[in-house]
Amino acid sequence: MNQQSDFTAALFDPNTSVSAALKTWNGSDPARRFDVYRNNVLSALIEALADTFPVTQQLVGKRFFRAMARAFAGAHPPRSPVMSDYGDAFPAFIERFSPAGSVPYLADVARLEYFRVRAYHAPDADPLDAKALASHLADSERLPMLRASLHPSATLLQSRFAAISIWAAHQGNGELAHIDIRQPEQALVIRPALAVDVVPLDSGSWHFAAALQRGENLGAALESVTATVARFDPVASLGRLIQAGLITSLQPAPECQR
Amino acid sequence: MTIHLSPSYLSPGVSGHTALPARAGISLKPEHFRAIVETRPDVGFFEVHAENYLVDGGPYHHYLRRIRDDYPLSVHGVGMNIGGECELDIGHLERVARLLERYQPESFSEHLAWSSHGGVFLNDLLPLAYDQATLDRVCDHIDQVQNRLKRRILLENPSTYVEFEQATMTETDFIAAVIARSGCGLLLDVNNIYVTCTNHHLDPQAYLQSLPATSVGEIHLAGFAREQDAAGAPLLIDSHDAPVAEAVWTLYQTALEHCGAVPTLIERDGNIPPLPVLHAEAKQAEKLLQAQTENHA
Repeated sequence: MNQQSDFTAALFDPNTSVSAALKTWNGSDPARRFDVYRNNVLSALIEALADTFPVTQQLVGKRFFRAMARAFAGAHPPRSPVMSDYGDAFPAFIERFSPAGSVPYLADVARLEYFRVRAYHAPDADPLDAKALASHLADSERLPMLRASLHPSATLLQSRFAAISIWAAHQGNGELAHIDIRQPEQALVIRPALAVDVVPLDSGSWHFAAALQRGENLGAALESVTATVARFDPVASLGRLIQAGLITSLQPAPECQR
Repeated sequence: MTIHLSPSYLSPGVSGHTALPARAGISLKPEHFRAIVETRPDVGFFEVHAENYLVDGGPYHHYLRRIRDDYPLSVHGVGMNIGGECELDIGHLERVARLLERYQPESFSEHLAWSSHGGVFLNDLLPLAYDQATLDRVCDHIDQVQNRLKRRILLENPSTYVEFEQATMTETDFIAAVIARSGCGLLLDVNNIYVTCTNHHLDPQAYLQSLPATSVGEIHLAGFAREQDAAGAPLLIDSHDAPVAEAVWTLYQTALEHCGAVPTLIERDGNIPPLPVLHAEAKQAEKLLQAQTENHA
């Protein structure tokens, strides 16, 4: 008998019962008692999602969020006891969840929130210090050949909507009423020390960081951004990314890749 | 003739079943990280859930390192799936082993329950049918865990809401058999005893007396929620979101008389109050612990 299979199936499916295998001291219906487990499991998963996605919940309201989270939990239960990872598939689920179709930026706000949690628990690393940076900048001939190692907590987010401003407004930064939701936005999510930062980026800086992430050296990264973005200030962009803590080291690329 | 040699970590040392001090500790919650580091409260020990710290870096490890440097530490697992029908998740066991190597806690404990099946983590402590097959499986899993972690673990008695038709032994007989066979210790959760005995109409005093007192390495105290079953009988839920109930404090006194002064945790996972509120509950436990020690002196 594979009892735990039946038990597991019944936890997620209210139409399935394992009552025949259960007993109660007073002969009361065991289904009511089994519901405690059903409720514990589902509400713990919904609470875990609500903890990771607070602004997503605020945007659609608690009732809607709980129904959406319940649908997600049934379709995507956790695969690991490490619950801080749970919810990585939630933004993509929201994107396909038709009742949320009228809130087109919702999935991107959820992505931002998931990246924040991931950054919070990511490996620690020290951003490039000012002294090392100065010595690199002084060697202008070698500079374009350098390749950047990026902070392990860093994620680049690109949204077709004003998802970053919408999230920021829920942190008390800016007014929701002043946001044009159709305005595409980009951001860097990073934890250079103990606190997670959400750094809004202009399109040029975002593409520059994305090129560095692909492993392009500084020279190649500059070229590829200049080719795609009309107005781009390389010095300001590099300064901004370094200030955010994105770069942990600058090193010459291996010979064969120069 | 073969001689079976028990690993040295299964021989009770001078400290018995745990190296935690016979004092009161509290659950370590991120909400209290800074307050603990800044105010250094006189708490006997802190306890963390292993799974919350199986992350690479960030504030959790930053603060746990600093707090662990100043206090004894207990690591309490909620995801090992000791009672699972499936094989243990070796990757998870390895991650827990590395966590214990990193922090060298005075105690590691897990639950008499299952929490995963078929690769799905259910994030709850689910009940077991107490029969011979379950006993064999639980003991095999504990052997595997103790061999990998190279330490005796404590196993916590559960809160349950249902019983199984196929059960052939009582919960206390089952627990006693697991302890005798595997050599693990007992994490006596007094709240769970009260919850389970209320839910299954058992006498909590008799339940307590039938557990092996000398194996108890730690006690847990927590709060519960009240509901009713289909016949209107009380059904208590192990919610960890309320202060310790009066009836549980009373049962705790009996537990101390039964097992002696044992490290005691005030467990709180929901409705987390400010640190001083939890500390006050810990002090209440510590008074009873001290009285127990003095009575025996």
